Amino acid sequence: MTSSPIVALDGVQKRYGAFVALHETDLAIAEGEFVTLLGPSGCGKTTTLRLVGGFEEASAGRIAIAGEDVTERPPYRRPVNTVFQDYALFPHMSVAENIGYGLTVRSGRIGRAERDRRVADALSMVGLDGMAERRPGALSGGQRQRVAMARAIVRRPRVLLLDEPLSALDVKLREGMQVELKRLHRELGITFLMVTHDQTEALALSDRIVVMNQGRIAQIGSPTELYDHPASPYVADFIGAANLLDAQALGGGAFRLAGGQTMASRRADAAAGRKVSLGIRPERLLVASSAGGNALDCTVTERLFHGDRLRVELALDGATRPLFAEMARTAAAEGFAPGSRVTVHADPADVMVFETGDRP
Amino acid sequence: MTLTRRTIPGFAALFSLPLAWVLLLMVVPYAIMISVGFWTRQFPLFYPDFQFGNYAQILADPQYTTVILRTLKIAACVTVCALLLGYPLAYFLVFTVRSQKLRNLLYMSVIVPLWVSYLLRAYTWKIILGTDGALNSLLVSTGLVSAPLDIFLYNQTAMVVTLVYIFVPFMVMPLFTVLDNIPRRLIEASEDLGVGPFMTFWKVIFPLSLGGVIAGATMTFCLSFGDFVAPVLVGGPDGTMVANLLQTQFGAALNWPLGSALATLVLALVLILLQLSSRLDRAGRVDLA
Repeated sequence: MTSSPIVALDGVQKRYGAFVALHETDLAIAEGEFVTLLGPSGCGKTTTLRLVGGFEEASAGRIAIAGEDVTERPPYRRPVNTVFQDYALFPHMSVAENIGYGLTVRSGRIGRAERDRRVADALSMVGLDGMAERRPGALSGGQRQRVAMARAIVRRPRVLLLDEPLSALDVKLREGMQVELKRLHRELGITFLMVTHDQTEALALSDRIVVMNQGRIAQIGSPTELYDHPASPYVADFIGAANLLDAQALGGGAFRLAGGQTMASRRADAAAGRKVSLGIRPERLLVASSAGGNALDCTVTERLFHGDRLRVELALDGATRPLFAEMARTAAAEGFAPGSRVTVHADPADVMVFETGDRP
Repeated sequence: MTLTRRTIPGFAALFSLPLAWVLLLMVVPYAIMISVGFWTRQFPLFYPDFQFGNYAQILADPQYTTVILRTLKIAACVTVCALLLGYPLAYFLVFTVRSQKLRNLLYMSVIVPLWVSYLLRAYTWKIILGTDGALNSLLVSTGLVSAPLDIFLYNQTAMVVTLVYIFVPFMVMPLFTVLDNIPRRLIEASEDLGVGPFMTFWKVIFPLSLGGVIAGATMTFCLSFGDFVAPVLVGGPDGTMVANLLQTQFGAALNWPLGSALATLVLALVLILLQLSSRLDRAGRVDLA
């Protein structure tokens, strides 16, 4: 990160009457970064993006873009552009008019020839050569998405805001557009700030992810940091998936689960007697028919076929919540029929420990 | 196909009543009116005929062309005034009023006068603009003028004012609907692209509201064009409109053939206008979805 961030939120808060959409938040984004705001609906991620874009007024705090305080500025006086969720293309204008819109209205700033050149450049950048005269109504969803991208980048913003840019596309198209987004980010070299509820998308694209929950930032980190070292059970479960087990610390890296069985972790320790949550990723849980080290006794309750992988639902003795394990499709794995008794092993290095404080 | 054919008797039975209504009360009267337009008059009787004398008389006599032109002028004035009043009002209701409750209340207050008798609403302006009217009382009591003025009533301005008041809801309704249907995201997108509120209006909001402008203008124009009450109540000696002329032909002048020809002309004018408006509307129609 460079010393002066391109986007800086300083104690920014957004209230709607008594409802707090975004609690006091600090966030700094470095020039050229691809940052994603990730969380379920209502977590405050879209509010944060709209505050940066200028579509919402902050109830408290300051917002700076490229070193300038823009808290009081309307959207049309901020060096950012937005790719809207539903694209928000102007239906009464052609593709070229849509893209050139931000360049034409403030005429005098650039000449007509320059404008045409930049529109053509933007069109070819998103692979839409030859579509200039079409109306948005005559385009497919993926093409509209590209027009929205081109319209936003043609003004060369300091920061590109993307509001769930891929959510309206079908799965196949979405994967292709993910690659496109990554390429555009690399070629343009500008800062991307994206909002999504799709963790796969966030993990695949971002330099850093801001995980949000109930109007607060839950954790900020690179995709690998968040995946390997989630700070809370919430993040562990939201990024990837995690089996969460209530346990009590015994000291020395040992924990007793609700049903009386024990687990060891080499990740972290907690003072004896503390309530904790243990987190184990389904793909780190090894199911076997025989006993082994750091193992738990379970009963298979369901086996789900996922193509090349199998997903097994397990009932842990003495626990209420089911466990999930994921494994490659082997002959041994196919033997785990519902009802069979198995043991699950976890490497102590894969057992995450979260202190839950007063949670039982 | 067989299905369609089998359903035809049921279809006919179901729609025979409205069909009979349209035939008896619309198609037949129009046919009578158009054909009577070609008859000849030999006072006090009319004889079936097929000749264009009535049309020739209308086009040749400056009395008729003057009135037709005046009617067009007044209808145009009413339309423009209603648009200039109605557009800001609809814009204000849709974009400025935040509370849904207040918006509905204000919108209803525009619509509610339509439930009051049309005659009563026209007559109201006679009371407001008259020599002993509300406007004069106000001017005199505030000392702006020393004696009541008689310049407000019985002229074309009074007619325009009255007609605008009566027909402005027909302008506001379609405008409100189109403006309300413009996705807010498009306005945000415009501002996001560095365009201020004023140019956003001209480049995005206004073009997308043209359908409502056309619909409102067409309704207001056609309704004003055929009005005959305002001229009688608040119009002066030079306030006669086409509808009054028609009334005279069928009444006092007892010249049905000429009146029919005039009515046919008016009908043709309005139909041409409706056709133009629907073509204009289709050309500018965009898919907002």
